[in-house]
Amino acid sequence: MAEQESKKPANETPLPFGSGYKLIGRNYATPDMIAKVTGTSRYAEDFRAEGMLFCRLALSQMPHGRIKSIDASKALAMPGVKAVFTANDIPEQADFLDDNGRTIKASKWGERALTNEPLYEGEPILAVAAVDELTCAEAIEKIKVDMEPLPFVIDPLDSLRPGGPNPRADGNVWERPKPPAPSAPVLTELKWTKEDFAEYDQGRLPMGEAPDTWKYGDLDAGFKNAALVLDESFLTPDVSHQCLEPRTAMAYWQNGKLYLHTGTQSTFQTVPAIARWMNMDPDKIVFISEYTGGGFGSKITGGVTMIIPALLSRKLNAPVMMRISREEEHFIGRARPSVLGRMKVGFAKDGRITALDMFTVTNAGSYDASGDGGSAARIVSLLYQPPAMRWRGVTVMTNTLPRSAQSAPGGMQGIAIMEPVLSKAARALGLDQVALRSVNCPEGKAEYGAPNASGKRAYSTSCFMRLALERGAEQFKWQERIAQPKRAGTKVRGVGVSLSCYVGGTIGFDGLLVITPEGRVRFHSGIGNLGTESVIDVHRAGAEVLGVPWEICDVVWGDTSRIMPFTCVSGGSQTTHAMTRAAYAVATEARQKLKEVASKALGGKPEEYEVADGRVFPKGGGAGLTFSQVAQKAIALGGIYDGHDAPTDVNKRTKSAVAALAGQGLVVAAKDKHPRDGDTYSFVASFAEVEVDVETGKYDLTDFLAYGDVGTVLHPAALGGQMLGRSTLGIAHAIGQKWVMDPEYGFTLAKRFYQNKPPTILDVPVDMQWAALNIPDPETPVGARGVGEPPVGGGCAAVLNALSDALGDEIFERCPVNADTILTSLEAGRPMQHPFMGSI
Amino acid sequence: MAVIRDVMPAFELLQPNSAAEAQKLLEQHGEDAWVMAGGLDSFDWLKDRIKKPKVLVDLSGVEELKGIRTTSDGVEIGAMTTLTEVANHPVIQRDYSVLGEAVGLVASPQIRNQGTLGGNVSQDTRCWYYRGGWPCYRAGGNICYADTPVGRNREHAIFGADRCVAVHPSDSAPALIALDAKFVIQSPKGERVVDAEDYFVGPELDITRLNILRPGDLLIAIRIPATWAGAKFYFEKVRDRNVWDFPLMNVASAMKLSGGTIGDIRIAVSAVAPKPMRLKVVEDAVRGKPANAETGKMAGELAVRGAVPLQFNAYKIPLMRNLVKRAIDGAQSSQHAETGSASQLQDRVVPEAAWS
Repeated sequence: MAEQESKKPANETPLPFGSGYKLIGRNYATPDMIAKVTGTSRYAEDFRAEGMLFCRLALSQMPHGRIKSIDASKALAMPGVKAVFTANDIPEQADFLDDNGRTIKASKWGERALTNEPLYEGEPILAVAAVDELTCAEAIEKIKVDMEPLPFVIDPLDSLRPGGPNPRADGNVWERPKPPAPSAPVLTELKWTKEDFAEYDQGRLPMGEAPDTWKYGDLDAGFKNAALVLDESFLTPDVSHQCLEPRTAMAYWQNGKLYLHTGTQSTFQTVPAIARWMNMDPDKIVFISEYTGGGFGSKITGGVTMIIPALLSRKLNAPVMMRISREEEHFIGRARPSVLGRMKVGFAKDGRITALDMFTVTNAGSYDASGDGGSAARIVSLLYQPPAMRWRGVTVMTNTLPRSAQSAPGGMQGIAIMEPVLSKAARALGLDQVALRSVNCPEGKAEYGAPNASGKRAYSTSCFMRLALERGAEQFKWQERIAQPKRAGTKVRGVGVSLSCYVGGTIGFDGLLVITPEGRVRFHSGIGNLGTESVIDVHRAGAEVLGVPWEICDVVWGDTSRIMPFTCVSGGSQTTHAMTRAAYAVATEARQKLKEVASKALGGKPEEYEVADGRVFPKGGGAGLTFSQVAQKAIALGGIYDGHDAPTDVNKRTKSAVAALAGQGLVVAAKDKHPRDGDTYSFVASFAEVEVDVETGKYDLTDFLAYGDVGTVLHPAALGGQMLGRSTLGIAHAIGQKWVMDPEYGFTLAKRFYQNKPPTILDVPVDMQWAALNIPDPETPVGARGVGEPPVGGGCAAVLNALSDALGDEIFERCPVNADTILTSLEAGRPMQHPFMGSI
Repeated sequence: MAVIRDVMPAFELLQPNSAAEAQKLLEQHGEDAWVMAGGLDSFDWLKDRIKKPKVLVDLSGVEELKGIRTTSDGVEIGAMTTLTEVANHPVIQRDYSVLGEAVGLVASPQIRNQGTLGGNVSQDTRCWYYRGGWPCYRAGGNICYADTPVGRNREHAIFGADRCVAVHPSDSAPALIALDAKFVIQSPKGERVVDAEDYFVGPELDITRLNILRPGDLLIAIRIPATWAGAKFYFEKVRDRNVWDFPLMNVASAMKLSGGTIGDIRIAVSAVAPKPMRLKVVEDAVRGKPANAETGKMAGELAVRGAVPLQFNAYKIPLMRNLVKRAIDGAQSSQHAETGSASQLQDRVVPEAAWS
């Protein structure tokens, strides 16, 4: 199938945005826009409640230790101090049921809101509630914490060395048990031998025993037949999410119900997380999160610390606000794991990859196994289509900040490790950089990863990467740029191109809408308002299917008391795809219900009616019903029409939502059951130009283009925001966003924006460009795929490739690349920053 | 004791209206008083609860310390004049552009609107150990955490280390040294005027402070003599980001040329040592020589003689060599402040028509 389908894309012709649609593909003012632009939108920190107390956290001053005793007597004696909470006040985490009804056991290594054995410097150990924050702070400074220091390790290779320290007593490496054992990773101990480390001093990543591995194809033959074999090691940086809104939370209780405010990526899906962490009934939780100041994977279902004000509020019978400072956000706000990678790649004379042997060591931080190494391998396998590939990976726990998914988790690292190898190969083989990528890029139903138990490999739903690469090269004037002279005075110019992709969608969620007696269409959105606008955008697809003007549509979001259907988490760029499908399903079902109600009211069969322009009427003309009349009729009919009965196939929580809306009009819920052949991915071709001053090492990114193959364009302005914003996130990894840690003490040194250096608007080109093919994905009814993550890896790698185009292959083996990297390496004629030393 | 950051401690806030009143308050409270200018440095210390003064003397209401006055011999800049005002002042731009350029590259527009010239030269170092509350030499302890085999010292000193390897972070300081500026200090004993380079203190003299101000002292003005007005200037700042960043290094020079020959010169660098460094050896070596690439190269090599790199800052040696070279031969035209990009940024606003 893959072979047959791969010929299809060449015949596809992209369409202008919005072709054939009234709403899809067109810009509009989202209902949250004015509030965001004028600053009237209210985030968690903006809420106040009568009698509200404040709470603040005390963080561990050791990278690993055990609390022997806490003496809070002096703090508790202070006027205004209401409570001091420690780990002993936090409920044990409960087992829980996942979306598929499977029981997930609480992990014994799981993170809790407060701890008696901090595993990283900055982990919250206690919380103080008081009348104001100054009292909290003064109280915290009166608390005596007697802590026993325990061994710690911040560098994964140090932990893998013979006799190296473990981050906690029971091990240092996450291992996924082999089927049929439960799939949750377990912590084990793994040490490599002295012999394994022999290559370390030569700057090559040691490759000892790796618990995770897969392969396909004939690796030996691939290398044997190669015209060029490269073996390169590379380190990607640990990068904190640094959301502008820290994970501040406010909570109060009314009539036994918890009301909790905080920023989240996924409004609907955060309720079960709160329930799990609080060990309470989800039906007793009202969660409010109308606006979220960035998530990028760090707030997929909020953060575990949000239960602290909830618990304090319950105890103190008063609302409690827990503001999180910038420094605290650095510690508890999550980060992308660094990945040490080694790639042995065989190339044919035409640049086609013949074999790829990939090894990764992932620094997973202090809690939860990271899947970034495996994800990196899958993305590399999909994006560069090696005919034979092996991946071996080690995921190491360290006493560093907890990691989580960050935009294109693993994909970003895999692309950043792989792309410089491609650039080097093109130079060695005398090939054009775009041409080398063109011969390797995926197309159509492109296979990737390891074969499953029955020997079949997964494949993409559709892929027009090559077309995006060609169009992008044309728009970027690639040929003109590479023909220009590189050097002018002390400035050297370089251009780079990168392929990029990531997961672009899931399936099987529910849509929910109400056609009201006022004649309006109200969509209920369980999506978080995390800045991408998918919270609103996906419902444009529903309105399009219903054939109604957007002006009669309302979207309710951001507050679970407003009733929400079963919704995906907004992570993994799945929302646009998953929830346009759900919107399509519910709008299609609504059309059917409109016809049914009309036939019951006016006679005839449902199929004899049609729906258009906010009315349902007999085909061929005649008196029909307005939406308003249908809604009133639906209420009169009751049952399946007004929500007194729910469809049998929707999620049980959607059924509860339908019941809560019963009697409000024509209440329609539907599950996305549209078939899908393949896994959904989006693709981006990224182009960058840099100008390096070889006397100072300072460089500027002078031009950038991201060209997307992201399916049907749903909302151009929002898409552009994602294409450029997420490219910038990737660019940040290349140009300077980073950690600085002291390995002797296991302490973080860079904790503020001016020290971690996320890029500013002046660090990217003024006229940064984006474009998209707008070819529908054939496996989803609206054709739209997700786009948040796919541009990230390309943002980083296009800049790295532009730098090596300007400066050659002997400058860097790691990122970020800064003036210090460039100047010292230019002086020495070889890379001077050791590839395995992170956080400098 | 448990630790918490980001909550400002309680203190007594004193807001004098005149320099004399400020002086009196400082004298009265001695070591208990903290002098605050724009607050960019002060609020970091206070919010981190690392410094907990009993009394904070806020100079923002002292009008007489604000503004730029032309004098019979140049200009006098009040210590509380904002960096934005200094950068935009026509006389500074015309006669002392090296200073305008230097302050125009400080931090970000917002910080320059609030930050003052007096504060910029009097700010504390940004060593991340010291600012993080580590009990180092400078904080009264007996170790330098940055100067260990694994200490993180990418942004630290290659000159002038004495137990402490922190660097002076000011962008305006080298420009003021190049202009031979005089710092006017009011103290209980009266007013004194010191040369710019003598305002700064290295760890060999006092490891706990970066300048000569003692409790009770107040920097009230900076005078720039006309000596170097309209000279050939050079300023360059190298930083990681294009805005909102301290210098990895900066260089400032003022040169008097006669037929391409260097008649006189003053040159200084910062972020190289615990205090801004005037490069007198370089000045002496290039006087009388042509302002060309060869002299620049010689000057650069001379400038870095004796530099001692740490584990992660060896790049500062070629960087200093090249910046000093450029300051002499002017081969690389100076940067423009990032404010110049603001008009370009306006182009990024999506035209209304796109929102149809």
